[in-house]
Parts: sequence; structure tokens; C-alpha cells
Amino acid sequence: MQRSNVDITNLQIGFGGLKVLENLNLHVDASEFLVLLGPSGCGKSTLLNAIAGLIDVKGGEIRIGDRDVTWAEPKDRGIAMVFQSYALYPRMSVRKNLSFGLKVARTPQDEIDSRVGEAAKMLRLTELLDRRPSELSGGQRQRVAIGRALVRHAGVYLFDEPLSNLDAQLRAELRVEIKRLHARLGATMIYVTHDQIEALTLADRIAVMQGGVIQQLDTPKKIYREPANRFVASFVGSPAMNFIRGRIARDGGLAFIAGDARFDLNGYAFRTPPSDAPAVLGIRPEHIEVIGSDHPSAVPARVEMVEPMGADALIWCRLADGTAFSFRSDADAQARAGDTLALRFPAEAFSLFDDQSGQRL
Amino acid sequence: MSATALSSGRPRRISPARWGLYAFILITALYFLLPLYVMIVTSLKPMAEIRQGNLLALPASPSLAAWVKAWTSACTGLTCEGIRIGFFNSLRILVPSVVISILVGSLTGYALSLWRVRGANILFGAMMVVAFIPYQVFIYPLVRVFSFTGLGQSLATIVTIHTIFGLPTMTLLFRNYFTSLPVELFKAARIDGAGFYQIYARIMMPMATPMIVVAVILQTTGIWNDFILGLVFAGRDNLPMTVQLNNIVNSTQGERAYNVDMAATLLTALLPLVVYFGSGRWFVRGIAAGAVKG
Amino acid sequence: MRLSLTSRLSVISALLPALMVMLVVYIGATSWTAWMSLTNSRMLPNNNFVGFRQYELLLTNDRWLTSVHNVIIYGVLFVSLALLIGFLLAVAIDQRVRAEDTIRSIYLYPYAMSFVVTGLVWQWLLNPTLGIQHVLRSWGFAGATFDWIVRPETAIYCLVIAGVWQASGLVMAIMLAGLRGVDDEIWKAARVDGLPKWRVYISIVIPMMGASFATAAVLLSTAVVRLYDLSVSMTNGGPGIASEVPAKFVMDHLFERANIGLATAAATTMLITVIAVVAPYLYWRARKGEVR
Ligand SMILES: Nc1ncnc2c1ncn2[C@@H]1O[C@H](COP(=O)(O)OP(=O)(O)O)[C@@H](O)[C@H]1O
Ligand SMILES: [Mg+2]
Repeated sequence: MQRSNVDITNLQIGFGGLKVLENLNLHVDASEFLVLLGPSGCGKSTLLNAIAGLIDVKGGEIRIGDRDVTWAEPKDRGIAMVFQSYALYPRMSVRKNLSFGLKVARTPQDEIDSRVGEAAKMLRLTELLDRRPSELSGGQRQRVAIGRALVRHAGVYLFDEPLSNLDAQLRAELRVEIKRLHARLGATMIYVTHDQIEALTLADRIAVMQGGVIQQLDTPKKIYREPANRFVASFVGSPAMNFIRGRIARDGGLAFIAGDARFDLNGYAFRTPPSDAPAVLGIRPEHIEVIGSDHPSAVPARVEMVEPMGADALIWCRLADGTAFSFRSDADAQARAGDTLALRFPAEAFSLFDDQSGQRL
Repeated sequence: MSATALSSGRPRRISPARWGLYAFILITALYFLLPLYVMIVTSLKPMAEIRQGNLLALPASPSLAAWVKAWTSACTGLTCEGIRIGFFNSLRILVPSVVISILVGSLTGYALSLWRVRGANILFGAMMVVAFIPYQVFIYPLVRVFSFTGLGQSLATIVTIHTIFGLPTMTLLFRNYFTSLPVELFKAARIDGAGFYQIYARIMMPMATPMIVVAVILQTTGIWNDFILGLVFAGRDNLPMTVQLNNIVNSTQGERAYNVDMAATLLTALLPLVVYFGSGRWFVRGIAAGAVKG
Repeated sequence: MRLSLTSRLSVISALLPALMVMLVVYIGATSWTAWMSLTNSRMLPNNNFVGFRQYELLLTNDRWLTSVHNVIIYGVLFVSLALLIGFLLAVAIDQRVRAEDTIRSIYLYPYAMSFVVTGLVWQWLLNPTLGIQHVLRSWGFAGATFDWIVRPETAIYCLVIAGVWQASGLVMAIMLAGLRGVDDEIWKAARVDGLPKWRVYISIVIPMMGASFATAAVLLSTAVVRLYDLSVSMTNGGPGIASEVPAKFVMDHLFERANIGLATAAATTMLITVIAVVAPYLYWRARKGEVR
């Protein structure tokens, strides 16, 4: 099986007067699992459809496996695609759904049979081969759709929100199945989703998109730990990252000041030399800890509400200046609304953003 | 659409397949427009030009003489007072028939949709079945019934007949529409103590405006275009325009005045055409809602 | 909610017209017609039971046999041509053409016109002395003949031409609604699979449009059985009896030839035919409705 890389340079796409993508650049390595993540309407499907050749581009170049395919027909691009609505051919059996494209392309019958058999086995569809799509459950239908992509032995597999129509449990199951498939085939996959959990669990690298622009392209770990800007920081992670407005001060060591609260910045890796412009401090709920109130860097906060979440609890607090935030604590935490806690905010876990541009500092 | 060969560069703006498509559309559009065009040009030519000239040629000196004659003095059998008699007869049939058939149909559809009464589905199913039965099965018994009741052939008879034969479609239209409305609306009104007719008049009909428009379009074209019912039930003094038109064209003695014939034909088609072109997408909606029985 | 007595009376009063119509017009009139077909009524109805005598007469009646023969020819050609042309028109419009609304209006406007108007226009167009034949000859095709309307063996095809012209737009509208219901992603999947467009229509889209085809076919079929106005206005059944149709046979025998027994036997035969066509369709629709 071939594994193609994908190179997109200066891609421009618009519908009528509406510019959806402008000068977009993206490189996907062979065998990579790349996830396009972003809120709905940000242009993810547009980008994927452009790679597939399903919409015409206004400018730029698309190369797949080092061939320029900017104006090639979808079938000639060495791609296969899986859709959100499954898009199975409703009046054909599962077997026919899998084999129809190959048959039209005049693939020899024994080759068709072996590819269909192989895909069916991989996706546990063997028992279902003679059923119609209407006789299948949602999860089975999506497995058939994946099977229809697999038999193409493509260099790149494209997925457009394949799990969005499924309920939570099936989504989790199929997610694992797709991940296993990628590990087994080692194929290049580009996967569109608006669900950050899917992105974090599946991706080798994630491209976070907003307004037609890739905001950050990095490994899930980096995206989660070192978001490049406030949009990425707030879009990725659940429960969401806390944001505290304030400014950076140099009096008595580097610190972040928000009202009366003072957060030690010792240990934060600045990307740009710190200035004392207004800034926003971001910290994820799981990084805040309760410590003794006599600790020198303790920050006091008032508990407002406790939200039990099973394995742990989310504790909602307010700083003295009124900024609300939450942190994770174990499920047996004794905190109650009205209590005052002393908390530690570790500087290594901070993300600092410029208040104006929202860029990471 | 896009180029088939790999990397062949930006495709031409309009491909040969596209040209073929537009050629097909052009040719079929001409086929559909041809009769309308021929009607119009024929009606504007004098007979001499029609006899010598070409069916498709534009009139050398367009004149409305044939239109005037068709409207005021063409012979419909015994009298020669033009097709305007038929026009006004059709209007007199049309207005009460449209109003009454929509009233009865909407009330029936309303009762069958929101009020769960026993046998409602059976009644509705039966109405859908009979909507397909040819008129020839009912016509003679109905003639007998109406002559027995003393109405005979009259305006009242033809209006009743249009109401009867419009009932299945109108019921279907309104029943389906009311079923699609949120049922909470109806329940809330009932909890407020509104009665059957109050809910119908104050809540349902005002909400059903789009369906009323569709129903008016459907019934107006349907009743205006009717031939057989008007012929049998309207009586000699109320014969609708379609019947008069057929008389003008098909029962002329001597030489046929094709220009007058076509002018009369156009006059008869005028109202449905105005409704059709004036209503735009509503007409299509009417077909989709009314034609797809069940 | 249980209905109070007043509510129930209101509902019944509202349904009274429909009930009356069902009982008197549809059931009553249909049974009366069926009964009359078993009598030897001539100008006035009587109750002399003669069994199936009228049906036997019908089977030996030249005019009836011609009518049936004609309606079969008309029915097969009209339904299949209207379906084919209507479908092709819908496919053409579905290709995201410019001025879609205008084109659709052009295809559909004949449906707004009556059969009488349709019949008279086409009578004029097909008129051999001054119509299309004349035009062809004036263009230099000296030997061109298009005189179907005056030839007994071809007159019925003229009705087909006019009928198809009138009804194709309706089929187009129904089919277009069906085509627009096909999920856009299915088209994308097919393109990725490398299927040519015509192949997608034949192997994927048409099989999905069973309901649209059934609806259109049933509507066209009932129009076939009702075929009357067109025959009267275009050819008046002629030349001779060459373009007679069953509905006209019934009407003529009721009102001109004063043969109620024979007319009602013919009408009853039409009724049974319609039920045979429509009942399976309605049953199928009802079952589909339940499943959904
Ligand atoms: N066929 C189209 N015509 C016009 N606008 C479109 C079309 N497809 C998408 N858009 C617009 O392009 C933007 C991006 O759409 P899309 O790529 O589908 O977003 P996503 O998949 O990220 O939800 C949206 O604003 C959408 O409204
Ligand atoms: Mg999308």
C-alpha cells in the first residue's frame, strides 16, 4: 500500500464573494494522522473537499505523493473519503457498496473479491455483506463507509466528521477502531472534527483552525500544554482553561499581578522577552493545587460551588478581584461553598497571552 | 466538469458536456414554447395571411381584430356573442366554488387531523381512494340526484359538484398541513377553553395562510380548466369558457377562422397562465402538495 | 384528552359534508352505476336485471374495443414518454444551470392549461394544410408528410404528442423534488469512487427515486383513464371512431345514444381497472407510512 504525503501551498478558496480559505499552507507527512480541528463553519470541510478535488480552487497548489493534483479529478488523486452522513448507496448491498467503484474502474474480479474480503474482515463486516444500508445500525453504516474507502487502497484517507452522527458510546468505540486501523495500515489520514477529544486521542498532529486560518499545527501534547494563542487555549481542553486578566510585574522577581493576587512566574518559559503590558494568564483546572495557607506563593480564593464529576470534582472559586476559575480536586475533597482556600498556581503550567493580540508570550 | 487528465491545468470555463446540456435545454424549451408562440402569432394575423403564409412567421401587420371578434362576436353554437359569455360564466362558477371547496376541505382536514375521533383514518383513507375514480362512474347518478332535488343543471349544482370533487384533495392538503404544526399549539388552545370552531377560525386558519394560497392556486386552475363537469352540470345558461371555446372551434360551419380560434383559445388560457406566472414557486408547491396524494 | 359532548358534536358537524359525500356520491353513486350495468336500461333507468349481458355486448362493440385499444396505446406511450422526458428535463435542470427558475417555468406552464386548450392548439399545429407539414414543405422538404391527425391509424398518436407536451412538466417537477432529495455527500462519494455521472444516475439515483416514479406513474395513469377532454377537443374521436376513448364512450352512450346499461357497464369496467392500478399503490404508501 502506498502512503502519500500531502503538500498544500497558498491555497485560496471562495464561494462567490465569500473568501473561505486564503493563502493556506499545510504539509502532511506520509503515514501521518493529521486532524483538522475547529468550530463549525471555520472551513475544515472546505479544505478537505479541496484536497479530495470535490471543489475547485481559486489559487494555490495541491500536491499528493509529490504529484501536482490541483486540477485532477478526485478518482485520479489517490485518495479515499469517508463522510459524516455515511453517503452509502442506499439501494445496494454492503458488498456492492464496497465493490462498485472498483468494478466501474474495471478492476479484475478476483482482485475486487480479495480487497472486499480483506476490508470486511478488518472492519468486522463479513456477516453483513449481503445486507442493505437501511438494515444496519449507525455504527455499522459508518464501518461500511470506511470499508468503501479502504478498498480503494488509496495513498491518503480523508475523513469528514465521520463520527458526528453517532451517539457517545459508539463514537468512542469507533474512534478506537479508526486508531487501530491507522496503526495497522500506516496510511496517511486527514481527519476533520470539531470534537477536541477525538482530535487529542487520534492525532499525530493537530491543525487547529478558525476563520479559515490554521491557528496552530502541532502534536496534541503541545497543543494542549502550549497553546499558541487564546483561541487554541480556550477551544482545546475540557473543562476549559481558566483565564485571569492582569499584568506582568518585575518588582521582587517576575510575577503576574491580578488585583491583590500575585502569581510567581519563576519557571515560565517566555517566548518573547517579558514586558509589563496587560496580559492574560491561562491555567488548566488540573494544574491548580490546594496547599497550606502559610506557603509563600499561596493565593487565597473563595469557594463558590462544588461540581462532583465522578472520579474527581470541579471546584469553582473566585479570586479577591472577582475573577472566576475552576480547579480539579479529588472526589473526596472537603471544600464547601463559602470556604477560603489557599491555592498553588505552578508557573510551569502557565500559558501567558498578550491581552491585545491573544498571542502566547 | 474538471479536467480528466492529471495536472492538465485549469479547465476551460465551459466544457463540451456543458454545451450539450444547454443545447438540450434550448431545444426542449423551444418545443414547449412552440404552441404558445404559434397561438399568439396566429391570433394576430388576418386569415389571408394565415392561408398563404407560414405558421411560424411573425405577423406582417399585427392586428387585434381576431381578439375583438373572439371576445364579442364569435359563434358558440346558436348564439354569436363571443367567448366573453363563457368567461363571465366561468368567473361566476369559479369564485363560489373556490371559496366553498376550500372552506369545506379545510374544515374536514382540520377535524381529521387534530381531533382524534374514531373512524377518522378510515374516512380519510376512503377519500384518498375515491380521488382516483373516473368521473364517468358518478356522473349519471349525480345528474339524477340533482334533477330529483329540483336543482337540475344550474350554478348551484356546478358549485356543489366542484366542492364535492375538490374535497379529497383539499382535505388532504389541509390535513397534512395541520398535522405538521406543533400539537402544543392546539393543546394550549384547548386548555384555554377554546372550542372546536373557535380553534379552527382563530388559530388554525390564520396559521394556514400558505396552504390557503396553495389551495386557491390549485382550485382556481383546476376549476377554470374543467370541461366535463361544466358540460354536464352547469346548464345551458352557465356553460363555462372551456365548453364555449370547444363550441367555437369545433362546431363552426364553413371556413374556420383560425385567428379567431387561437385568440379565443388564448383568452381561455389567460387566467390560468396569469395565475401560473404570477404565483411562481407557489404553483410548484401546489403540485407537490396536492398531486402527491397520501 | 377525552372529548366533551359539545366537542364531539362539533367534530361530527364538521365531518358531516365529507360523510355525506362519501356515502351519497361515492358509495351510493358507484353502487347505483354498478347496478345499472346489470340492467337493460336504455334512455331511462330501469331495474330489469339482465346479468352480465351488457358486458357481453361491450365485448362485441366495435367502438368500445377501439376505445380500449386506443387507451392502451395512449396509456403506454403517454406514461412512458412523459416519465422519460420529465425525468430528463429534471436531470438537465438539476445540473445547476443558469436561469433555473425561467427554464422550469417554461417546462411546466403547459400543465396550467386545460386539456381543451391543449387539444385545440395541437389540432392547429398538426393541421396538414396549414400546420407543421405546411411549414416543412415551405422550407423545401417537398415530400414531407405529417398528416397523422387525419389518418385513422395514426390519430391516437396525435393525442399522445399533445398529452406528453402538457404533462411532462408535472413529471419534471416531481422528479426534480426527488433529485434534490439526494444527499450531496452521495454525489461526492460517487465522484471519489470515480463513477461517471450517467452511471450514478442509472445505478444509484434512479433506484433511490422509486417513490417519485411511483407517484408520477400513478398520476399519469389516472389521467389516462380520465382522458376525455383532449379527445373531444382535438379530434372529437375521429376520424370516424379512430381516436375514441373509454371515457368518451361512456359519455356518448349516456347522453347521446341513450344506452344507460351499456354506458354504466363501460364505466364499471373503468372503475375496476383504476382500482386494480391504484389499490396496490395506496397500500404500498400506507405501509411505508406505518414503517416510518
Ligand atoms: N457551497 C457553499 N456555498 C457557499 N458557501 C459555502 C459553501 N460551502 C461552505 N460555505 C461556507 O464556507 C464556510 C466554511 O464551511 P465548511 O468548510 O463547511 O465549514 P466546517 O466544515 O468547518 O464546518 C462557511 O462559512 C460556509 O458557510
Ligand atoms: Mg464540515
